[in-house]
Amino acid sequence: MTKLAPVLSAHWDEKDSFTLEGYKRHGGYTASAKALAMDPDAVIQLVKDSGLRGRGGAGFPTGMKWGFIPQGDNKDHYLVVNADESEPGTCKDTPLLMANPHVLIEGCIIACHAIRAKHAFIYIRGEVTHVVRRVNQAIADAYAAGILGNGIDVVLHIGAGAYICGEETALLDSLEGFRGQPRLRPPFPAIAGLYARPTVVNNVESIASVPAIVNNGADWYQSMGTEKSKGTTLYSLSGHVVNPGQFEAPLGITLREILDLAGGVRPGHTLKFWTPGGSSTPLFTDAHLDVPLDYEGVAAAGSMLGTKALQIFDETTCVVRAVLRWTEFYKHESCGKCTPCREGTWWLVQILRDLEAGKGTEADLAKLLDLCDNIMGRSFCALGDGATSPITSSIKYFRDEYIAHLTNGACPFDPVASTLFAGAGA
Amino acid sequence: MTTEVVDMITVVIDGFEVTVPKGTLVIRAAEQLGIQIPRFCDHPLLDPVGACRQCLVDIEINGRAFPKPQASCTIPVETGMIVKTQLTSTVAEKAQRGVMELLLVNHPLDCPVCDKGGECPLQNQAMSTGESSSRFEGVKRVFEKPINISSQVLLDRERCVLCARCTRFSEQIASDPFITLNERGALQQVGIYENKPFESYFSGNTVQICPVGALTGAAYRFRARPFDLVSTPSACEHCASGCDMRTDVRRGKTLRRLAGDDASVNEEWNCDKGRWAFKYVTAVDRLKVPQIRNSAGVLEEASWPEALAVAAAGLKAAKSAVLVGGRATYEDAYGYSKFARVALKTNDIDFRSRVSSDEEREFLAARVVGSSTTYRDIDKADQVLLVGFEPEEESPIVFLRINKQFRKRALKVVSIGSKESIGVEKLKAEFVKVAPGQEASAIAAQSLTNKSVILVGERAAESAGALSAVAALVDSTGAKLAWIPRRAGERGALEAGAIGNLLPGGRPVTDAAARVDIAALWNTDSLPTEAGRSTSQIIDAVNTGQIGGLIVGGVDPLDGDNSHATLAALEKAFVVSLEIAPSAVTQRANVVLPVAAITEKSGSFLNWEGRPRSFDAAVSDSLNRSDLRILSMIAEEMGISLNLGTVTSAIKEIASIGKWDGARVSLNKVNASTQPALNSDQALITSWRRLLDLGTLQQGEENLAGTARRTVAVISPKRAQAMGVVDGDQLKLSTDKGSVTLSALVENIHDDAVWAPRNSRGSQLLVNLGVAHGAVVTVVKA
Amino acid sequence: MAYTDEDFQIMDSIIKRYPRPRSAIMPLLHYVQSKAGFVTNEGIEVIAKILQLEAAEVTAVSTFYTQYKPTPVGEYHVGVCTNTLCAVMGGDAIFDSLKDHLGIGNDEVTADGKVSLEHIECNAACDYAPVVMANWEFYDNQTVESAKELVDSMRSGNPKPPTRGPNKLVTWKEASAVLAGLNDGLAHEGVQAGEPTLLGLKLSKEGK
Repeated sequence: MTKLAPVLSAHWDEKDSFTLEGYKRHGGYTASAKALAMDPDAVIQLVKDSGLRGRGGAGFPTGMKWGFIPQGDNKDHYLVVNADESEPGTCKDTPLLMANPHVLIEGCIIACHAIRAKHAFIYIRGEVTHVVRRVNQAIADAYAAGILGNGIDVVLHIGAGAYICGEETALLDSLEGFRGQPRLRPPFPAIAGLYARPTVVNNVESIASVPAIVNNGADWYQSMGTEKSKGTTLYSLSGHVVNPGQFEAPLGITLREILDLAGGVRPGHTLKFWTPGGSSTPLFTDAHLDVPLDYEGVAAAGSMLGTKALQIFDETTCVVRAVLRWTEFYKHESCGKCTPCREGTWWLVQILRDLEAGKGTEADLAKLLDLCDNIMGRSFCALGDGATSPITSSIKYFRDEYIAHLTNGACPFDPVASTLFAGAGA
Repeated sequence: MTTEVVDMITVVIDGFEVTVPKGTLVIRAAEQLGIQIPRFCDHPLLDPVGACRQCLVDIEINGRAFPKPQASCTIPVETGMIVKTQLTSTVAEKAQRGVMELLLVNHPLDCPVCDKGGECPLQNQAMSTGESSSRFEGVKRVFEKPINISSQVLLDRERCVLCARCTRFSEQIASDPFITLNERGALQQVGIYENKPFESYFSGNTVQICPVGALTGAAYRFRARPFDLVSTPSACEHCASGCDMRTDVRRGKTLRRLAGDDASVNEEWNCDKGRWAFKYVTAVDRLKVPQIRNSAGVLEEASWPEALAVAAAGLKAAKSAVLVGGRATYEDAYGYSKFARVALKTNDIDFRSRVSSDEEREFLAARVVGSSTTYRDIDKADQVLLVGFEPEEESPIVFLRINKQFRKRALKVVSIGSKESIGVEKLKAEFVKVAPGQEASAIAAQSLTNKSVILVGERAAESAGALSAVAALVDSTGAKLAWIPRRAGERGALEAGAIGNLLPGGRPVTDAAARVDIAALWNTDSLPTEAGRSTSQIIDAVNTGQIGGLIVGGVDPLDGDNSHATLAALEKAFVVSLEIAPSAVTQRANVVLPVAAITEKSGSFLNWEGRPRSFDAAVSDSLNRSDLRILSMIAEEMGISLNLGTVTSAIKEIASIGKWDGARVSLNKVNASTQPALNSDQALITSWRRLLDLGTLQQGEENLAGTARRTVAVISPKRAQAMGVVDGDQLKLSTDKGSVTLSALVENIHDDAVWAPRNSRGSQLLVNLGVAHGAVVTVVKA
Repeated sequence: MAYTDEDFQIMDSIIKRYPRPRSAIMPLLHYVQSKAGFVTNEGIEVIAKILQLEAAEVTAVSTFYTQYKPTPVGEYHVGVCTNTLCAVMGGDAIFDSLKDHLGIGNDEVTADGKVSLEHIECNAACDYAPVVMANWEFYDNQTVESAKELVDSMRSGNPKPPTRGPNKLVTWKEASAVLAGLNDGLAHEGVQAGEPTLLGLKLSKEGK
């Protein structure tokens, strides 16, 4: 019995999976037809009953989020799909949209109906030209086929390079034509989101999961996963493994199980550390191979399920270098709005560069941790918090390795050994 | 008066209860208790942003604690809230110290050469909330040191803490988003679009609210240390908005002026003219001693007794009149008013040294004197109607107040005029376009309610019938009315009776009971009974020999549309001139008496609301005397006692004038003029004075002048097409008096009109063309 | 470079996608790049004018997002992912070798204007690491050698096609038009998914 459960990915292996024809071949747009015939509240209830939770990282129950939208307020409502996939390690929505953009469009129709919205916006990151083409073409084909434009419109909005726009309020500001900086909350988007109107912001995978739920029922979806983490999801395995890729499985699968399917860590090497859900989630080590990868399991082990971006690093990888590079990423992507994140990441990078180069003393580790304490929970949004995760978790598990840099006066690792092509050349 | 019911909420901060109105932010509730939470981005008049994170505190509500410290500048109080600031929470205390350390990571240690040093919120709060030494050993972010973002404002990005007060002010208060936050992360920086400087009329406010030395004004840069300055509360003399101000003086010289804090008037803002135009007091060659014209016709210096004697004798010898400009203080205007009646025994006095009309004089006496429409009425209005008034140019704080309500609740604004202005565009006002001179019918067509406010500018007097139409509109709708002159002293002069048809306190001169009131106050037997002459009638009377003497204070002959006649009258009459500096009047005067400038005396203005704006002498050791004092001395010399030796005595006397509840002057309806027929190369001129122009009080302010709007002549697209003119072509405007040649700008203006600034570089219409509104001018491509 | 009536029509159609005009600022900036190759002052002023904004407000937006370039880039803009995972797996080596090979640094353009280089952040293709992007098309599983061959092919005027993308690599300006939301008709070209994307599905079909 397979541990995998391809639902979203079930037909990706068909050459025309991204076309309207290919999508319809497997019942595409029957769920939206079914949902449109239902009372909107019944659709919300169905999604609530399914137990679907947000796949963008926070795991907030999707149906509950939809239920927050005020009804009968005579205001325009909006659905905004967050397709700004940018969290390091995260690579699920992009292949999904390349292989099957129509499932997202169908999900948009159902969600719009449920929340009484006439307009959906798909905010896609700008650095994926071909995915933009696919989604844009799918929208055009859906209009041509009369699927869109009959009371529900979907607009593709293309970003321009800013990780922070994955934060939902920054995304809304960006979509309104401003700098993508997070907004004060309250008001929350459900009350005053896009153009200050009630707005639902959902991740691609969350919305794309809806058509199957409508077609197969809440019970079917409930039957997969764990007690509080229902359904299937895309786990993205990358790094030092034999066969990286996408693994759609019920929530609760473990890394050990996925690694088995992927052929394990690359031959001759051992697992050193990994991220359960992107770089903003505290690192795990080989001690966490059997942690159930659901919202509760990962949290109980001290991290977050996040985007289920499983980045695997073997023993050739210098954790200080890895953490430095992530920290440089946060510095580059800090929006600049708040002091702790803007100035803190600037400073963190400098300390980590020194540490990686073997400069400094053990006191610098204490300073680093204290700095993280002054950033974590003090920043305007979660970007600053995320920036501290790799640092604090790596010091927790690999303090000795930091010290080794200092005693060695340099990084003790050979960067060539960790490359994909190390075997070929070395 | 209705009392607004406000829900009150009680919270506990650091163990103390405080009860504040619902909606109050935690940081301000703490202030009520005297608890100062450090902050940078917070500003009570800007929308909360929560960016700097300096004000973090611990909060719990009904026993549920927030998991992390919260920005107290963004969280409104709630029932059951318990707040622990840095004083009682080690978490909040550490969070604040942590943020302060981070703020200083990239801040240069250049306090010794920074203008903000000594009055710097960052410096102060680094002392209260920071560590004495830094743990940062890395490389600081560097930028090119200060760059000019306008000729007036410099930006030092290294010092900036990115609180965004300046950019938020520019957008939220001034609606001039010419400065923005650019780039991102640690490279985020304030900036302009490279081809468009920060030329906002309100740019100086950003310098004032900058909590570090990132924004500095060119005028004050490197001039002083705050602890060397003596600060005096003052009032702005530049316009009728009535801004509360602070004047900072070192060793007898004004070095800077700041906006004062008056919630009911200017809140905490002012305009750049009010802030940065003060050097005229010292830039000009000040008169220091009296002068008398000798038998050879040359002015020569004289002693005070000599000069006063000649002045008194000359005025006594002829029938004399008073011309007092619109910039006199309330007390000085009162002095002129009393001097005219008591010493010269005449009602021939007028403060309107500008284009004016008899219709206006009746309107002021019938509708404006004693009226009490206020800024608060704008706050509550359902609609604001602008007539002959460009608030952004002519009373900038009125503009800010209308803009505040527009941004807050989309207040409807209607503007009647011939050319759509930048200010009208910013307010998204409904622009009612009329041919210059045809305002009356458009006014009559407005529908207002008793919650509406009509703001009438002094330029309404330039269109026959406009003020009659306004009065009729007020009568038919119950709308509130305010008259907003440009000059700071006009409302006070009106109340002081420095006009031919009114005695002080709005008493009609033709009303016997009114005269009895004032005669009793002044301890005089009788007062002249006939209404006096207006400015233009006084000029005419001099030129026809009916008046032989003039006492003139603070008048620029070029401000009127009959400057040739005015100059001729000054040549002809015996003129006593009270002035701070040589002028077209002193050049023609028989006696010149130097007076104190505004910074050298105390007094008050009445702003357009009629609200007193009093001030003390900022320069305490000046020997110059106020107009009031000199008028008393002349009167003394004439054998008459004015009893107005000091400002205090004037204030006391004014205070004892009771309210007038008798009949008011009635307003005789004036009809609009018929629009003149126009040839294809003719248009009707319309204009206004821009805030920043060639005004005499802006002399010597090169940096400020650099931010003035470009001088252009505006024509409509239809006319432009007919003439074959595009933006930037040269247009020649001419009358039989002269011409101006200006760069063309094609904009939203009545097809029959042409607009040019009234008193800007290259375009001084009253001098160059002799007309400013409603008259026919020839417009051709130059 | 003057904007033609056709340009204004296209920009107008972009604005009409949205309930409020200001939302169009980002696609309009992409459109400016499709005309000029980068964000020119002229482009900023055109956008400001048609959206009734101050040029400063447009500048504030354009400088926030890294895809908007303040100076010209190459006909083929190459981004090497040097975020942690790609960097460790070879991205750093690829980036260093491309700098040497092309004789340019980060954010620089070759003298012939053909290729520019940028180290980029995670591009959502980690299961294809190390990843190189060109005009934001995917070049998966790169090595130092394959990356050099790629830029050489660009300089010779016949760039290799993307791994997952159209049959032929479009130019920077052409790609910018796609990012402005214009349809270049190439959506049907290229694979629907690469092997790693299909791995889980394949294994499940094998019963694993």
